[in-house]
Amino acid sequence: MLAVKTNNPTTLTEEIQIKIREVMEQYPAGKSKSALLPVLHIVQDENAGWLSVEAMEKVAELMGLRPIEVYEVATFYSMYNLKPVGKFLLEVCRTGPCAIMKGEWLIDYLKKKLKIDIGETTVDGVFTLKTVECLGACGYAPMMQIGEYYYEHLNSEEKVDKLLEDFRMKGFNKN
Amino acid sequence: MGKKILLEHIDKPGIKSYEVYRQNGGYNSVEKALKEMKPSDIVEEVKKSGLRGRGGAGFPAGMKWSFIDKKSGNPRYLVCNADESEPGTFKDRYLMEFIPHLLIEGMITSSIALESNLGFIYIRGEYKWIKKILEQAISEARAAGWLGHNILGTGYSLELVVHPGAGAYICGEETALLESLEGKRGNPRIKPPFPAVKGLYGNPTVVNNVETIATVPWIINNGGDAYAKIGIGRSTGTKLISACGNINKPGVYEIELGLPVEEFLNSDEYCGGVHNGKMLKAVVAGGSSVPILPAELFLKTKKGESRLMSYESLSDGGFESGTMLGSGGFIVYDEDQCIVRNTWNFSRFYHHESCGQCSPCREGTGWMEKVLHNLESGHGKMSDIDLLWDIQKKIDGNTICPLGDAAAWPVASAIRHFREEFEWHIEYTHEAQKRNYGLLKSTKEFFAASVV
Ligand SMILES: Cc1cc2nc3c(=O)[nH]c(=O)nc-3n(C[C@H](O)[C@H](O)[C@H](O)COP(=O)(O)O)c2cc1C
Ligand code: SF4
Ligand code: FES
Repeated sequence: MLAVKTNNPTTLTEEIQIKIREVMEQYPAGKSKSALLPVLHIVQDENAGWLSVEAMEKVAELMGLRPIEVYEVATFYSMYNLKPVGKFLLEVCRTGPCAIMKGEWLIDYLKKKLKIDIGETTVDGVFTLKTVECLGACGYAPMMQIGEYYYEHLNSEEKVDKLLEDFRMKGFNKN
Repeated sequence: MGKKILLEHIDKPGIKSYEVYRQNGGYNSVEKALKEMKPSDIVEEVKKSGLRGRGGAGFPAGMKWSFIDKKSGNPRYLVCNADESEPGTFKDRYLMEFIPHLLIEGMITSSIALESNLGFIYIRGEYKWIKKILEQAISEARAAGWLGHNILGTGYSLELVVHPGAGAYICGEETALLESLEGKRGNPRIKPPFPAVKGLYGNPTVVNNVETIATVPWIINNGGDAYAKIGIGRSTGTKLISACGNINKPGVYEIELGLPVEEFLNSDEYCGGVHNGKMLKAVVAGGSSVPILPAELFLKTKKGESRLMSYESLSDGGFESGTMLGSGGFIVYDEDQCIVRNTWNFSRFYHHESCGQCSPCREGTGWMEKVLHNLESGHGKMSDIDLLWDIQKKIDGNTICPLGDAAAWPVASAIRHFREEFEWHIEYTHEAQKRNYGLLKSTKEFFAASVV
């Protein structure tokens, strides 16, 4: 659901604005609205992994669209986060082929280990847990996406623990 | 070893790079298509090959191409469907990740046939790193002169754009995909008009799956007749199968169509058999949307013939006792899996992914999910089974796009072939409530355990 104004002022650097214009120019003349999905990805990445109302309005302004055209798209697609997320978003597959290969266990284990429910963020702000539908990795189940990449065959506590530890370290190094 | 077409060079070190791909004959089909053939000749070869769409529906590719409206003079587009979201399917990813130039070459040769100057690859948003791989391949191809302005000095120009989705299974449906590519919500369009007449931006458009397009270079290099000799009957050529679930060797395999299913399942060259020495319980042979079959009906048709991996053999017996080749998403269930729980999981998926435009799909998928959830967790009643049957029947065939059917078929086939498992959940509610992941022993053992 779309939140009310969040006081999340969105400024986009000149570099990002150029990138956005380049994406828009890939489409035929007069069809730059086509760039909306890729542009929302760019802006979400720039805006700490989520789309605030302000961020969407900025996109509307840059692309010459009405804000409603942006809202209706942002609310349709599951990859756009309409609420703030932790530094790392854990997107765990919950669909059938993963489910029968310890996918359900993986979700339960992450909840227990991180002490959060699905949709929640750890108190230190490092991890947000989200369940997603089949990511096209069914043969390498159970699995999750973190950022750009897939992490597969996560079928033991040791593997999951190690992965989370690696990311936690990365999270600290970034600060 | 069966015939390899798409994966012929997959094991060559560096095949991902332009240089190695080119050394192995890559991009030859572009040269041949531009210099030695007319666009209509290319369409003719693809028609002769008998190549059928690899995205799920199996519609003949050459025939689809011949429908494209070239008379209106409007711009024509080729759109590659790389949305790959059908549960169980992960084959397009394999091609794009490990031999990206094959898709780029296929896009160019196919665009020449359609006389199109702009093509799109609509890739699911989650494949972020693969989008980069494709963009890299495109820039290499452009640098080598296979893309851009006046290709090989023939006056033909082509640009390719990789366009990301953003998490919506429905955008794999071709008209929803086009809406999404126009920057809108992925609501399927009512057909007709078909995309070949009115597609992207209202212009003639062909939408084809990644694997379909990646097969075109081989057909152009070797001829449609040579392709048609591979495979069996109207299932010509090879098919990528992504095998997953309870098997020893999950992964992506290229098979010659007509391979016996038993060999595919048990041979070490492919799935390597059911894992942990377990018994085979059921198979979903072509992605979550196709009917599930119990082991006996999967291995042999009702008439007692060995089943083959082909469009015709898998659908032998219709929905009563057969299934479909679909997208090639091959999901194997061992004796421990609970069919009711799996059916609930799939219903939940379709409910989540319904775009909500038509009420039978929007309401029906949610209703089925709820009833199945109750039933699976040991809170159902006998009349629920008939209720589920009624709901799926009311969805099937009554919606704008085939997602409705795709949601109905798994429920119908599960009830048809595993009714006793649904009944067990109702007769032994206490057992059903206790069991964590609904793990089932073979049904007989289960009954024995419940009676004690
Ligand atoms: C709900 C739904 C999802 C689909 N998802 C995909 C998909 O992810 N990839 C794909 O190629 N085709 C998918 N299709 C089939 C496409 O609508 C279309 O038939 C196909 O892309 C045509 O290409 P082909 O003829 O080469 O198979 C889907 C269809 C439906 C109804
Ligand atoms: S069948 Fe379902 S997904 Fe397809 S158009 Fe209707 S509501 Fe949308
Ligand atoms: S079911 Fe999890 S990746 Fe396909």
